[in-house]
Amino acid sequence: MSQRRVSHSQSRPSASRQVIEDDEEDLSFTLPSSSQVQRGMDRLTSAEVDRKVAEVVQFILIKDQKKVPIKRADIIKNVIKENRNIYPEIMKKVNMTFEKVFGLKLVEIDVKNHAFILVNNLEQVTDRLASMNPAHPKTGLLFVILSVIFMKGGAVKEAVVWNTLKKLRVDPGERHEEFGDVKKLLTDEFVRQKYLEYARIPHTDPPEHEFRWGLRAESEVSKTRLLEFVAQLHEKEPQNWPKQYKEATTSDARSSQAS
Amino acid sequence: MAGSLSDCHRRFLQSLMCNGIIVRSKAIALHRNCCEVHNTHYTRDGLDEFIDLINSHLEPLFMQIRKSVSEEDGLQYYALVNMAETDITRMSSDYADNELELFRKTMDLIVDSESGRASSTDILNCADSLNTRKMKKKETELLLTRLVRDKWLNEKHGEYTLSTRCIMEMEQYIQKIYQDMVKTCAICHNVVFQSQMCDNMSCGIKMHIPCVAKYFKGRSDPQCPVCNAFWPHEIPEIRDTAQVPLEMENTAPTPSTSHSRRRR
Repeated sequence: MSQRRVSHSQSRPSASRQVIEDDEEDLSFTLPSSSQVQRGMDRLTSAEVDRKVAEVVQFILIKDQKKVPIKRADIIKNVIKENRNIYPEIMKKVNMTFEKVFGLKLVEIDVKNHAFILVNNLEQVTDRLASMNPAHPKTGLLFVILSVIFMKGGAVKEAVVWNTLKKLRVDPGERHEEFGDVKKLLTDEFVRQKYLEYARIPHTDPPEHEFRWGLRAESEVSKTRLLEFVAQLHEKEPQNWPKQYKEATTSDARSSQAS
Repeated sequence: MAGSLSDCHRRFLQSLMCNGIIVRSKAIALHRNCCEVHNTHYTRDGLDEFIDLINSHLEPLFMQIRKSVSEEDGLQYYALVNMAETDITRMSSDYADNELELFRKTMDLIVDSESGRASSTDILNCADSLNTRKMKKKETELLLTRLVRDKWLNEKHGEYTLSTRCIMEMEQYIQKIYQDMVKTCAICHNVVFQSQMCDNMSCGIKMHIPCVAKYFKGRSDPQCPVCNAFWPHEIPEIRDTAQVPLEMENTAPTPSTSHSRRRR
């Protein structure tokens, strides 16, 4: 009995690999005019446009798995390609799809370099049982750090963070059973994912750094909820911290305006 | 499209994407929870209709929530599947080229085997002859751990099998690459890897273990459904559907402070 098997090397090659690899910035792209867009739309059938929209949605979902911001240049180079003149129309439909189907929002966190992240558009649920999502321990750790930074005014010296962790028996100097290299987790992984910023404080020798909230944390985390959580811990009302309370309500008002 | 989606549907979809794959009992609980959170009317047997509506919106995106029965425990599972893929691109963002090559070779071993299992020894031997870049023993072991953690493979007693998620997500890829080499179960007609096979050499049909349990239940004299030869294998007990479902771990452990944040 002869058995055929299609050679693996003939599987769809460069397209699928390139989709995932980061490439150089496409500096020559400028947004097309509305008449160019219209001409572009007329050349493609609506089925073809919808196909492109589906491909962009999938591209973004795959890229977002890594939690690293998605560059506009990558979307154009890998998916939209020769149809770049209808890029705005495709992205409009992509945004609508994310909101209407997934309850997600594409947020441009880097206006200069045109990079996006996918953010949850649904109301946050504080009751963990109701949300049914497996909470990874890293989430808890990040939440604690973000709380510390927020309660201390938005920026803290790294020493403060390390001490806080030590109190929780997470020693950045030692390899942690659950988190591994804790220092790397905070200064590398969380920073890459834009949850934290780790910046050098100028004129310090030996060099010191401070932690701030990253752009993704700003977009995703409700400061009001965070303050409520801290308040609960201390069995007080959120208003007991007037500065933080003001910051939280202003920040949340700003993000609901933007949506 | 039947109707528009509400936040209730979206939350369900996000949770499903976050978990990668969920067992039916958990899907039912999730459905109820999502309805409660969003004050939506909940009907006890409404899960399939609920999912059908979501699917009507996923169809233009070449995605679907599919359900499938596990070869391991006979329970029904749900997963979000990409319908347009004929390659294992879903994994490309998480695994290096040589890791993907080894995964493909592991799949080859599983398909070639009668039992639907590949031993770690055989997989380690493959690692030694990769075209992309050879992998050492330690590297291979770490890779296999990741593949199990990410729910592409299951491991038991040093042998590896394809997970329900893997079979569901890569159905098209498997059919395209292996074609006739992959058999279908004589009872449920779905693709089969871990199986019992008819002893009759001119018959050789295969059946899923859970399908064997159901088909031969209560029969003292089991016979092959196709050729009537005596079925010599041990007939397993039907697994109680009321059992606690398998522990589901997050497939891609990345942090988020929003409790209902979608993760993959």
